[in-house]
Amino acid sequence: MVARRRSIGDLLAGHPFFADLPDRDLELIAGCGRNEVFRPGQLLFREGDPADWFYVIRRGRIALGIGVPGREDLIIDTLGPGEVLGWSWLFPPHVWTMDARALDTVHAIALDGVCLRGKCDEDPVLGYSLARRFAGILSDRLAATRLRLLDVYRAQSRG
Amino acid sequence: MTPLPYRVTAKRRETPDTWTLDLEPVSEPIATPRPGQFTMLYAFGRGEIPISVSGLPGDGAPLRHTIRAVGNVSEALCDLAPGDGLGVRGPFGTCWGLDGAEGRDVVIMAGGIGLAPLRPAIEHVLVHRDSYGRFAVLVGCRTPGDLLYAGQLESWRGRFDVEVEVTVDSADPGWHGDVGVVTSLLPRIPVDPDNIAVMMCGPEVMMRFGARAMVERGVAEVDIEVSTERNMKCAIGHCGHCQLGPKFICADGPVFPLSQVGPLLAVRSL
Ligand SMILES: Cc1cc2nc3c(=O)[nH]c(=O)nc-3n(C[C@H](O)[C@H](O)[C@H](O)COP(=O)(O)OP(=O)(O)OC[C@H]3O[C@@H](n4cnc5c(N)ncnc54)[C@H](O)[C@@H]3O)c2cc1C
Ligand code: FES
Repeated sequence: MVARRRSIGDLLAGHPFFADLPDRDLELIAGCGRNEVFRPGQLLFREGDPADWFYVIRRGRIALGIGVPGREDLIIDTLGPGEVLGWSWLFPPHVWTMDARALDTVHAIALDGVCLRGKCDEDPVLGYSLARRFAGILSDRLAATRLRLLDVYRAQSRG
Repeated sequence: MTPLPYRVTAKRRETPDTWTLDLEPVSEPIATPRPGQFTMLYAFGRGEIPISVSGLPGDGAPLRHTIRAVGNVSEALCDLAPGDGLGVRGPFGTCWGLDGAEGRDVVIMAGGIGLAPLRPAIEHVLVHRDSYGRFAVLVGCRTPGDLLYAGQLESWRGRFDVEVEVTVDSADPGWHGDVGVVTSLLPRIPVDPDNIAVMMCGPEVMMRFGARAMVERGVAEVDIEVSTERNMKCAIGHCGHCQLGPKFICADGPVFPLSQVGPLLAVRSL
């Protein structure tokens, strides 16, 4: 058990999302984690499912999609190594707002959101540090979404 | 400067509204263009528009232009068939700083039809591969069906000495590539700010975001080149149609270092 946690802690330490996090915090987080492997095409979760986990992607890519009535699902984002999938575990009602499917073989660390929320409540410094990291992701995604909303490739004659 | 007569020798559909035309001179050719330059293409009876050179002539290759049908003249040009005639003036404008980039890493970032003026630059780096450091080509477009030069991108990707990344804004499940805005590809490439040349072409908003991301990673504005676009008429710096602030795009551009046009790109309307 101890060995397994340590190895997850090491994997987390090598992931950009957790860069510079003190060992103590990494150990706490690793205690909520487990290794997962998803096969190409495998569904990680569906829109509306409870968002009890989030995923730290180590290898492979994941497609995020939304079902559109009357047509094929639309892929609206892909995530890969070095990225983190999911923040719905942080905010009520803790429900996924998209589908996620492995595009190739995905190696990830799944982190239990309920376990982590408990630790963050007990240790607000850890909670703040994690919330800041997720806020960084949210801000990047918001900027990307705004850029996409402009539909720049359609609006201009060149590009 | 009067247009020289050319003829279409081949035509390829790149996307539903974009075509690449291969052209040969009927008699005298225009001077050989350099990567990044454009010509004025004249559709008889319809008018003349600036179009970037997307393939350099020479060694048996024709002069190539890739045109998106957006209005009167571009539609007329896209309607031309092999054997049809048109007029060509040029080449005009500044070119990508490929000489100055020698010895450095090169990052090319293209959005939509912005890949057209960058293709000759990519081909140049690949032909003179030993003269450059690491080489990355980042391409973004709306959907997989809007991707230009898909076959060529695939063959470049097959090489070991260039990193080619393609992303689309959205896709059907059949697409196994990346989905996201083109700037989301930037974190994947290593950036040595002291030894890099960045070349960008695409919608101005995309170039603004891309340039900002590069500057945040420490790249100097003089090392980031962008290709800009405005309506044109004379193409030789006389009429003022193509003005961007104090610059005439036809004569001073279209390729500028960001240090010269950065603030102008951020201005809403000039
Ligand atoms: C240096 C340079 C290089 C270019 N290279 C290419 C290229 O390689 N391939 C290509 O397809 N296009 C290129 N363009 C853009 C091309 O010149 C325009 O699409 C063309 O002038 C449109 O003319 P039109 O008669 O077809 O359309 P119009 O009937 O004049 O206009 C149709 C619509 O397009 C808009 N429009 C017209 N010109 C422009 C423009 N320059 N930028 C943004 N919107 C415009 C108009 O506002 C209108 O909404 C380039 C432009 C410049 C300045
Ligand atoms: S098009 Fe006339 S000055 Fe540039």
